[in-house]
Amino acid sequence: MKMVKRAFAAGAALLLGASPAMAAWSDLNLRVGVTELSREIYDLHMLILWICVAIAVAVFGVMIYSIATFRKSKGAVPATFDHNTKAEVIWTVIPVLILVGMAIPAAKTLVKIDDMRGSELTIKVTGYQWKWQYEYVDQGVSFYSTLARSSDEARQLDSGVDPGSVDNYLLEVDNPLVVPQGKKVRVLITANDVIHAWWVPDFGMKKDAIPGYINEMWFRADEPGVYRGQCAELCGRDHGFMPIVVVVKPQAEYEAWLQEQQAARQAAATAAAQTAQASQQQVETVAALRVANAE
Amino acid sequence: MSTTHTQAHGHAHEHHDDHGPAKGFKRWLTTTNHKDIGTMYLVFSLVMFLVGGAMALVVRAELFMPGMQLVDPGFFNTMTTVHALIMVFGAVMPATVGLANWMIPLQIGAPDMALPRMNNFSFWLLVAAFSLLILSLFMPGGGPAAGWTLYPPLVLQTGDALPLAIFAIHLAGASSIMGAINIIVTIMNLRAPGMTLLKMPLFVWTWLITAYLLIAVMPVFAGAVTMLLTDHFFGTTFFAAAGGGDPVLYQHIFWFFGHPEVYIMILPAFGIVSEIIPTFSRKPLFGYDAMVYATASIAFLSFIVWAHHMFTVGMPLAGEMFFMLSTMLIAVPTGVKVFNWTATMWRGSISFEPPMLFALAFLFLFTIGGFSGLMMAIAPVDFQYHDTYFIVAHFHYVLVPGAVFAIMAGVYYWLPKWTGHMYDTKLANIHFWMSSIFVNVLFFPQHFLGLAGMPRRIPDYSTQFADWNMVSSIGAFGFGLSQLLFVYIIWKCAKGGAKASHEVWDDARVHGLEWTVPSPAPYHTFEEAPVVK
Repeated sequence: MKMVKRAFAAGAALLLGASPAMAAWSDLNLRVGVTELSREIYDLHMLILWICVAIAVAVFGVMIYSIATFRKSKGAVPATFDHNTKAEVIWTVIPVLILVGMAIPAAKTLVKIDDMRGSELTIKVTGYQWKWQYEYVDQGVSFYSTLARSSDEARQLDSGVDPGSVDNYLLEVDNPLVVPQGKKVRVLITANDVIHAWWVPDFGMKKDAIPGYINEMWFRADEPGVYRGQCAELCGRDHGFMPIVVVVKPQAEYEAWLQEQQAARQAAATAAAQTAQASQQQVETVAALRVANAE
Repeated sequence: MSTTHTQAHGHAHEHHDDHGPAKGFKRWLTTTNHKDIGTMYLVFSLVMFLVGGAMALVVRAELFMPGMQLVDPGFFNTMTTVHALIMVFGAVMPATVGLANWMIPLQIGAPDMALPRMNNFSFWLLVAAFSLLILSLFMPGGGPAAGWTLYPPLVLQTGDALPLAIFAIHLAGASSIMGAINIIVTIMNLRAPGMTLLKMPLFVWTWLITAYLLIAVMPVFAGAVTMLLTDHFFGTTFFAAAGGGDPVLYQHIFWFFGHPEVYIMILPAFGIVSEIIPTFSRKPLFGYDAMVYATASIAFLSFIVWAHHMFTVGMPLAGEMFFMLSTMLIAVPTGVKVFNWTATMWRGSISFEPPMLFALAFLFLFTIGGFSGLMMAIAPVDFQYHDTYFIVAHFHYVLVPGAVFAIMAGVYYWLPKWTGHMYDTKLANIHFWMSSIFVNVLFFPQHFLGLAGMPRRIPDYSTQFADWNMVSSIGAFGFGLSQLLFVYIIWKCAKGGAKASHEVWDDARVHGLEWTVPSPAPYHTFEEAPVVK
């Protein structure tokens, strides 16, 4: 019933040009994002989009004019020309010039994207079916990040849960990646089973996570906040259910979080060591008793 | 078997009798007639179009709203995968081969295809191939679900469907290669006296170039999937990093095939449109030579752009730069084609019969797909577009209102020649308007979804993507239903209708030899070669 209602609403909206058409510009266009690269990429995207729009207006304009004017029903008499060398040269050369104009800024941005120098933090990301592992290479912190339980329950076939009632449906995880604001973060990307791709649209980049390869990319997030993305390479049954959440925190908060993680890790390591020691003692005691019994 | 043989033999002796085709099923099983085989290819492709379309509707139904309502995510992946394989190899390619079989001999004044028995074999191999592929859906572990690109290591997790799907690809590939050989040999050897290469209709030209592309790349694809097979069953590690292999190698090999494959689907469509626009503009094609050279340039470029499908695999900067620039170059010859079609209409005398309507829709909507293609060529921006719905929107624009609309235009153009009847043009106009409107409702919003961040090949999505997905799904069902009308129009036309003349369209005679033979074209045409001045 609800589905029918929604369909009806969408259909009506389509006819009236209402809600979806009035959706914010940000829902229709590429995201500007929060990094230098994402903004440059956005600007490139807009540049090319407007060039295409300009060409489209010219080309479609001529087509529409021809269709409207040179109609048999209006008694148009066909001309007989079948080529015009001057025109053909012009419309071969002008596109070449436009392409050169597009290629120059694109190449500049490409070089910048490829420049990994001067990174201040290195994080290794490993894709698994179907979760992510994050390792802070020099900080000794590592953890897995999987789809939040609320989304996981709602996304089951006929779960009876309305996805609209779940916060950040399919875009929430148990343990988000945390990075400091304004620092150049180098991301090393690999996978342990099949190919995945790590993508946060607001950072402007995606890169494949390939078993046997270590790919790299970088970002520097200017604004603190929570940024969400998804696996972008088909990786099997639950490809759609391994989101990425990155929390960007001011340096001090990031350090506090890091220390907390390191302390927790330390505590876990100590506890594990204690358990190991205790069981070792037990083994020794039992052995001693056996020896005693045998005697 | 032996009776068939003697019968065929008997026929050979009575060569001068005006004999028609054999009767019943045997006619179709054993035929070597280019018209029969062309018809079989076209009917096969129409059936596959409906089967692949039904799979797309499963996908769009699941994506109608957020949450999983209908299918398991694994089955969803099978549907996207098999939908693509069927549409590419079972619908679009056989449709263009069917048109080639019917029209190339008629357009160059040849009595038949040069290698008629191989022609029969290549058709029936295709039936075997797609029987296997559809059978693979019912194997333990489910059908192929790794995407039509079959990337390892994921594809190696496929169950018993894997060998069936790979063998299906082998057979379809063998069928395509044989078809291509046949077309090249026919065009090179059986042209009517006076029909020099640069007098051939554009459809023949585009198919000649397409046939070379097929011969060049189908073996590459066959090699790639064979390596998948040995990796899976015989312990090789071509694509397994753990054994010294390389998963990215597969992608390079695949796209070395895959990019020319894109042009294998679109070049014949260019040819069809280049036939139709002059006829209904009542004016010769503008820049014929330039059209031929542009087609050849596109074919050449298609071999040096493949890695633009894989900008995110982590190529060196120089590689990304090269593939970005070579890809952008394709815009030049493609632009020449669009400008020439437009110039053909300029100062013409245009009428709007169904073939022209579809050709015009092709002209506008393919160009939109071309623009998004140019945007994706820009590597830094493609890092954002890659593997999102923006890509899905792009390739559906060039394939559906691109290749498929051109094929439909071709069917509406030549159907009266095949059946001898004019189809119901009123219904055909309705089919045109429904298809054109719904195809945009279906695919245009996918640009927005991709830009907003929706990855492709996901069975469920975040609620921010809900509105446009619903619009897209409504478009999909509208488009799907419109195609039933197409089937009905063809069926009705095959059954009967107003008698079509030799020329069918006003003064079509000047536009090609096919309009000099009666409608329907007799079983054997051009037994004596016409002379072309």
